[in-house]
Amino acid sequence: MKPKRRSESASTLPKAPTGITGLDEITGGGLPAGRPTLVCGSAGCGKTMLAVEFLVRGAVEFGEPGVFMMFEENAAELTANVRSLGFELDKLVKQKKIALDHVHIERSEIEETGEYDLEGLFIRLGHAIDSIGAKRVVLDTVEALFAGLPNHGILRAELRRLFRWLKDRGMTAVITGEKGEASITRYGLEEYVADCVITLDHRVTEQISTRRLRVLKYRGSAHGTNEYPFLIGERGFSLLPITSLRLDHAAPAERLSTGIARLDEMLGGQGVFRGSSVHVSGSQGTGKTSIGAKFADAACRRGERALIFAYEESSAQIVRNMRSIGIDLAPWLEKGLLLIHASRPALSGLEQHLVAMHDTVKAFRPAVVVVDPISNLTLEHSETEVMPTLMRLIDFLKQQQITSLFTSLTTGGSGTSAPEDSQVGVSSLMDTWLLLRNVEFNGERNRLIYVLKSRGMAHSNQVREFVLSDAGIDLVDVYLGADRVLTGTARVAQAAHERSAAELRREDHERKLRQLAAKRKAIEAQIAALNAEGEAEAAEVKFAIAQETLQEKTTQQNSAAMAQLRGGGKGGNAPKKGPR
Amino acid sequence: MNKTKTYELRLYVAGQTAKSLAAFANLQRVCETHLAGQYRIEVIDLVKTPQLAAGDQILAVPTLVRRLPHPIKKIIGDLSNEERVLVGLDVQPVNE
Repeated sequence: MKPKRRSESASTLPKAPTGITGLDEITGGGLPAGRPTLVCGSAGCGKTMLAVEFLVRGAVEFGEPGVFMMFEENAAELTANVRSLGFELDKLVKQKKIALDHVHIERSEIEETGEYDLEGLFIRLGHAIDSIGAKRVVLDTVEALFAGLPNHGILRAELRRLFRWLKDRGMTAVITGEKGEASITRYGLEEYVADCVITLDHRVTEQISTRRLRVLKYRGSAHGTNEYPFLIGERGFSLLPITSLRLDHAAPAERLSTGIARLDEMLGGQGVFRGSSVHVSGSQGTGKTSIGAKFADAACRRGERALIFAYEESSAQIVRNMRSIGIDLAPWLEKGLLLIHASRPALSGLEQHLVAMHDTVKAFRPAVVVVDPISNLTLEHSETEVMPTLMRLIDFLKQQQITSLFTSLTTGGSGTSAPEDSQVGVSSLMDTWLLLRNVEFNGERNRLIYVLKSRGMAHSNQVREFVLSDAGIDLVDVYLGADRVLTGTARVAQAAHERSAAELRREDHERKLRQLAAKRKAIEAQIAALNAEGEAEAAEVKFAIAQETLQEKTTQQNSAAMAQLRGGGKGGNAPKKGPR
Repeated sequence: MNKTKTYELRLYVAGQTAKSLAAFANLQRVCETHLAGQYRIEVIDLVKTPQLAAGDQILAVPTLVRRLPHPIKKIIGDLSNEERVLVGLDVQPVNE
């Protein structure tokens, strides 16, 4: 089914909005205005509730007063029954916005003789309509007349006339009818009310009941033909318009902290986008709930409302457990910033849960929603069922610009299975996917976190160790060894080891420098010594030369003297004789 | 039945239709025949006083309501079958 353009359908057929969540969307604006609509279903499926809400919302929200003509309950009973949904019929009756008329027929006190018609009913209805200027009429359940009046021939003719009459008066009417065995209604009312037929259903599958609504027929208008799950909650009827949702939600650029500074750092330094969906998956005890709680806590710290859907722990238990890691949720609960909606997954079917979530979200208007965990919701459902329903929820949250965090339990258990195995097929719907893993090594189990994907932002590709302590949550860099990442005490040991290694290195350097300085000094000393030696030698050489020069001089003088003494003849050839 | 009882009867009609007129005529005849002097008939035209319809849970017209003696009894139709009217009113027919 494609979503209709409202303007188009409005031009073809005037519609009367019901104000019922979701119903106006699948009918493209409401029930056919000025025409009767048949609402049928088995006992207890919510026909009366639908009718009452149609009337009350018409009177309160759309300024169309209405007449409720009831054939089964009386006015006091009905008023009491719908008070639990927040509808104060008695007040509306006083304000002349709604008129109640209980039509009761006791077969035993009625004798039938001769010709008659149901003009009395017309007169009563007409009177009620005129008294408040009604635009809407509910007949609930007109079929009760079949039990009260023996002459069905007359009754049928009169009902036909009644519906015609309602149409002529321009009343938007809801006529409820009991589901029949072979036909849509037990007495074949669909023969007379042909403009719009809505069926309600209350089915029990695997011991879990789900209410569903279907627009069987809508003459002159396109409409959603699927079965839509609905809920009768504290605020009345609520229908989850699955396929009418469009993929046109806005994408704000505003970023939101996850509450864990180091995690924000991994997500481009600023956290996740507002209105995006975050998926945290991991096996048991990896700290998914803690991340969820921190996320909610961070929202409350910013003064925003946070809503936690808890499907594993009670509200008190979450508060207690989170206190142990330094997250105190109690003040937020007291202030009304935080709401923990805890329920058992088996309480109702998946769709009902989603409708309930829908309702709670609409009422509480949170900025942040945490669902912990979605995997519990899906235990008894096949993936094909889960996908579209979760898609509806996520789309809904996105349309409301609510940032959502879903945790899910991976089925693998150990950290060895591929993370992709574990998902309920929702990964494609999620904008950010954080994966938590347990790593067992060195006699202990540690938690690792990494960002598997995060649309539209630079995000870290690195693994961090996820540490839960009294002081809170922190992410720590892991040490990457040769073949594995080191976490826990191994990481601490490695850190210590590295620290001491650095210390050693530093000392080594200093020692080397000292050695170098000493060596340089030694060399300098040596140079000085050599210099001194050189000078000494030079002095000695000088001295020797001087001595020799002197000696030679002396020798020459001596020889000259001797030659003189010998007389000089042969003296010319005589060899010189030195002292050495 | 006790002959001292008073029958307080109310006939609801919607305008002067053939059925209304027939019902009134039939009722008068039955009462004159079987309840002479012990009855009082009040005719209510719902077209003129529609607000009275809810009080006696009137749906069909014509409807004859026996308000007294208790308990309340109702007969719907134009009262053409005298026997059924008597049964409905819980009146012993006077055998003439």
